[in-house]
Amino acid sequence: MTTLPVPALSLVVLVGVSGSGKSTFAARHFDRFETLSSDFCRGLVSNDENSQEATAAAFDVLHHIAGKRLDAGLLTVVDATNVQQAARKSLVDLARAHDVLPVAVVLDVPEQVCLERNTSRADRDLPAHVVRRQRDQLRRSLRGLKREGFRTVHVLGGTEEIDAAVIERQPLRSDRRDDHGPFDVVGDIHGCRSELETLLERLGYVLVRDGEGRPVDAEHPDGRRALFVGDLVDRGPDSPGVLRLVMGMVAAGHALAVPGNHENKLVRALDGRAVQVSHGLETTLAQLDAETEEFRAEVREFCDGLVAHLVLDGGALVVAHAGLKEAFHNRASGRVRSFALYGDTTGETDEFGLPVRLPWAEDYRGRAMVLYGHTPTPVPTWVNNTMCLDTGCVFGGHLTALRYPEKDVVQVPAERVWYEPTRPFPSASGQDATSDGALEVARRDPDVLDVTDVLGKRVVETSRHGRVTIAEENAVGALEVMSRFAVDPRWLVYLPPTMSPCATAPDGDLLEHPDQAFEAYRAEGVDQVVCEEKHMGSRAVVLVCRDAEVAAARFGMPAGTTGVVHTRTGRPFFDGPRTEQLLDVVRAAASAAGLWDQVGRDGNPADWLLLDCELMPWSVKAEDLLRHQYAAVGAAARSALPPAEATLEAAAARGLPVGELLDRTRSRHANARAFGDAYRRYVWATDGLDGVRLAPFQLLATDAGSFETRDHLWHLAVADALVRADESDVLTTTGRVVADLDDAASCAAAVGWWNQLTAGGGEGMVVKPLANYTRGPRGVVQPGIKVRGREYLRIIYGPDYTEPANLARLRSRNLGRKRSLALREYALGLEALTRFCADEPLWRVHEAVFGVLALETEPVDPRL
Amino acid sequence: MLLTMTTDAQAASDLGYLLHKHPDRVQSFEQSFGVAHVFYPEATDERCTVALLLEVDPVALVRGRGRGAPKDVAFSLAQYVNDRPYAASSMLAVALGKVFRTAIAGRCDARPDLPTRDWDLSIHVPAVPCRGGAEAAVRLFEPLGWDVDARPVPLDPELPAWGESRYVDLRLTGTLRVADALSHLYVLLPTLDATKHYWVGSDEVEKLVRAGAGWLSAHPARDEIARRYLANQHGLAASAVARLAEVDDARPELLDDAPDAELEDVVEEASAEFTSHLPEAVNTVPLARHRLDAVVAQLRASGARSVVDLGCGEGALISALLGDPAFERLLGVDVSHRALSTAARRLHLDTLPDRQRERIELTQSSVTYTDARVAGFDAAVLMEVIEHVDPPRLQALERSILGAAAPGVLVVTTPNAEHNVRYASMAAGTMRHHDHRFEWTREDFRAWAQTAADRHGYAVELLPVGTEDPEVGPPTQMAVFRRDAPAAVALDGGAR
Repeated sequence: MTTLPVPALSLVVLVGVSGSGKSTFAARHFDRFETLSSDFCRGLVSNDENSQEATAAAFDVLHHIAGKRLDAGLLTVVDATNVQQAARKSLVDLARAHDVLPVAVVLDVPEQVCLERNTSRADRDLPAHVVRRQRDQLRRSLRGLKREGFRTVHVLGGTEEIDAAVIERQPLRSDRRDDHGPFDVVGDIHGCRSELETLLERLGYVLVRDGEGRPVDAEHPDGRRALFVGDLVDRGPDSPGVLRLVMGMVAAGHALAVPGNHENKLVRALDGRAVQVSHGLETTLAQLDAETEEFRAEVREFCDGLVAHLVLDGGALVVAHAGLKEAFHNRASGRVRSFALYGDTTGETDEFGLPVRLPWAEDYRGRAMVLYGHTPTPVPTWVNNTMCLDTGCVFGGHLTALRYPEKDVVQVPAERVWYEPTRPFPSASGQDATSDGALEVARRDPDVLDVTDVLGKRVVETSRHGRVTIAEENAVGALEVMSRFAVDPRWLVYLPPTMSPCATAPDGDLLEHPDQAFEAYRAEGVDQVVCEEKHMGSRAVVLVCRDAEVAAARFGMPAGTTGVVHTRTGRPFFDGPRTEQLLDVVRAAASAAGLWDQVGRDGNPADWLLLDCELMPWSVKAEDLLRHQYAAVGAAARSALPPAEATLEAAAARGLPVGELLDRTRSRHANARAFGDAYRRYVWATDGLDGVRLAPFQLLATDAGSFETRDHLWHLAVADALVRADESDVLTTTGRVVADLDDAASCAAAVGWWNQLTAGGGEGMVVKPLANYTRGPRGVVQPGIKVRGREYLRIIYGPDYTEPANLARLRSRNLGRKRSLALREYALGLEALTRFCADEPLWRVHEAVFGVLALETEPVDPRL
Repeated sequence: MLLTMTTDAQAASDLGYLLHKHPDRVQSFEQSFGVAHVFYPEATDERCTVALLLEVDPVALVRGRGRGAPKDVAFSLAQYVNDRPYAASSMLAVALGKVFRTAIAGRCDARPDLPTRDWDLSIHVPAVPCRGGAEAAVRLFEPLGWDVDARPVPLDPELPAWGESRYVDLRLTGTLRVADALSHLYVLLPTLDATKHYWVGSDEVEKLVRAGAGWLSAHPARDEIARRYLANQHGLAASAVARLAEVDDARPELLDDAPDAELEDVVEEASAEFTSHLPEAVNTVPLARHRLDAVVAQLRASGARSVVDLGCGEGALISALLGDPAFERLLGVDVSHRALSTAARRLHLDTLPDRQRERIELTQSSVTYTDARVAGFDAAVLMEVIEHVDPPRLQALERSILGAAAPGVLVVTTPNAEHNVRYASMAAGTMRHHDHRFEWTREDFRAWAQTAADRHGYAVELLPVGTEDPEVGPPTQMAVFRRDAPAAVALDGGAR
């Protein structure tokens, strides 16, 4: 039995003349879809598996399919003769283009066998000289396969060897997905042995020293392992010492390492190749001269054996010296290695003669955390779930480690400037590590998102409601509104969902009644609901930072802004100064109420609060609409109806039979007056904050997390505390009644309360599960159901909607779509909060927020 | 909605004969959108008044039963709460045309003398939606021999600060033939209204010509009437943006202000047909033309072969560049999907020859997001775009355009706020367009352009567009950014 090792992700190219048994071989060793046969592709494009005219088209198809499979990370086998070098070259190129290893498996079968097999096949009439020519080509190819670029070449001579062969799939060397850590990932060391010792000890490792007192290993009592991102050597005072320690740790299984570009160059120098001895290599070589030949050999072997990138922890962590874009994770090719060692370079150099690097991290959209070094930065910073751990220790900065999965940064300062940098190294002013080395980590998500983050059909994975699909046409409209009207996406971490009204009241003079809302929740198994007064204003989301520093550090916002107050589609309510005034009010109330300390993280005061509110009056936001739509209707009615009445009265006085028409006209007049009263309740003058009212009713999130699992009485208590502490008279409370759905008297009391609210023209109430976020037998339960008052609905359904004939027709309204939309938007909103609180990259938060806006463009009856 | 017509010193029976409506009866006529009632509140030998009262059924209107239900506005809230049951709009005109058809035609077989006679008439329409205010009503009715009393209706007497509504209480008095009076109302009521309840169709021109026979061609405001009669407010189209506006209690037309090509084309054709015999108006070169020429000149001078027009709108610039084969690749992007449809239509993309067609691409994008599709162009244009971006978002625009897309040349134009004092119609402190987030002085623009250029490795040159006023400068200002050596640009993006 011959075992043929094949990388688990590779392009396997079968090479053999017609009749050598390639298809049989492929069928025995690979799965049904893994093998792409050129004959089959000939059939696909020409209906004839043997058509030679179809060759070009058939290989087009084959290459296309192979490319798609390799994109998807699937091993692919090409079943074609591949005896000509040109044919193989195109496949090697294909493998390289997808950064997988090309493998050649040659089936070298005696000519006679092939001829016999071909003769026995009824469908194939291949002249003997063709087989002979193929075989000549094959023989000539054999020796050059490695040179052609095949990383693995297996030649099976004769049918027996072919029959005995077994394919063994081997994971890529970069594939360490089974290794789950925990790790301490250490940035560029550059020969700073002393700082490395200090850092390892601070991380809890115990150093092991040899007879000369040199550290040769370090072990963590909890079994943690160090993971070095490369550039162990050059420039610094003791590269051999660093190597000795790291090599010892790796050998003992206490550490993993990836190579840096400096190790790469060191290997070539040790091999005696012509390299430019600069950038600190001269220092290392001088230091190594003092070491034994044996040690130098070990160093060479160690550095040469390192794998350029590692994929760990089920694919959640990727480590490479210069970082790695997602398409290259667990791939193998020259350019993958080059990216991992040198980064995404332009080939140009800057004014200091240093290579110009492209900001790959800003475009990074992968789910895996990528940790890397290579480019000295003053402060370790999260950018799209990636972090550079090179903090320029050798230039007088820090040596940095990140605890994984904890994401804690641990640093030690450089003992001195060991090497003067070519480009001035910016110092991290004011950034002193605390005594245990822990450091507040900055975030620098790019402030510009990419259109591909939002455009096109997207599927957003939500933790609470599964996959939510955003159709392409919905994104189209949302992009315009988001771009032209919404606040800065760095502020926009949440949009509230639409809310469904209750089912339509079956009879009576109302379209909506609390009974239907109660019934809906009963059906979902909810026992207790809270009925909250529906304010006569606009939904407002208030994000308030504790101070300007938080706004800058967490949200990356410029000086002078400390938060945002936006509408349900992300538009600002006010200009900058007025927004800040309102934020001051909320901030002061939160301070006076002691709220910051109550809802912070790990015993610290909260950095920011995200509040769900109602802002009054409605005219602050909607005055234009009120004037152009509602008041205009009132004006037309006021002008038209009295003369109409008078005219009809005159006709009636003449004895004409206009009684019914007169009655209807009088009724219309009364309705129009009621309509005027209804919209006028939403209008009052404001000046600055004078007249503005803000009613918070839910604390959505703080830096400690989101609060959808706290019950609504907790949220309302927070709101009440804010209102009590507010000295500006802007904050206002939200009336509420708790109803026990099993208790008829309790429900009746809530209905009575609603009647009272709406009799005075009030907008009505929102019924919510008391427990807040709730799952029922059918999944997530509606977070709220609105029950709107009879008079308020006049401005929704028209002045005359209360006429019995109209009511009867309006009762047939379909709520299904609205309800479904409300749930999907609710899930997306919570998802955005969850992602934001988990410090996920901005694009991930924006994706969910944008999704809410996109869903809002779905055509749904706007009266619901 | 109500209309009354009163005549003194004519026997009621005469008016009854002429209108074919008996003064002692109440008659009702089913219309697609409701019921029209005709009755006489007074009918003596000294004074006779006929009333046309239209009962509009708003629920039926929405449900699309009637002809009055617009086709593609099903999801607009404005469909449910509107002035149609009260205002004298096109629906009243339609009812008038049907109910008094023979009278308008000037026929009265029983009393052939009546239609030719001049009558002392006073007409009252209490709620006329009147675009352009009471003056418009005067301008349209007075030349036809009417004394016009048009009183604006306050928007809400309890909220006096809100001022007047767009309705007028209209009273007309004059001595005219009844047929003429009715045809005036038939044409001019929908003309005054901004919104027609039915779609403009090809037979509209014919209707207008027929109804205006004998008086419209001599009317001094003839062109205005034709245009307004044929035009229709762009129907609160059910666009996604319009829906988002409604969700957030804003009028759709304020957010979705992209022009509707289809509608404009229909109106354009219809108006052209009606006024085809008129001499060409004397043309002054509009500012937009100056601006376009200035931008094209810069692009030509730059030697650019590929150009991306960021915020291409209706495609005016792309259209201008298409004629010059030196521009091999033209990409128009806009954040408004509707604007792109308009551009595609204006550029006749579907019928262009292949060689032309393959030079043009139109696609949706946003200047505050990075987009690889707009990168790598020789030149980019931001023509009258930046003033539509909120100032705090300008930095994102700079980074996505100058930083990420990094064109060789970027041409930016924007209004010069100093020049606004030269526009007589502009109130002090206002801006040229309701969506402008700012309008800059020359110094504002210079400061922004210089900072942005420095930050992203560009040199910038500032130029005037349009006739330069010695005191307040040109109406439009232009900045031309040219990229420095490429390394410095890359450094900016990659020095981390």
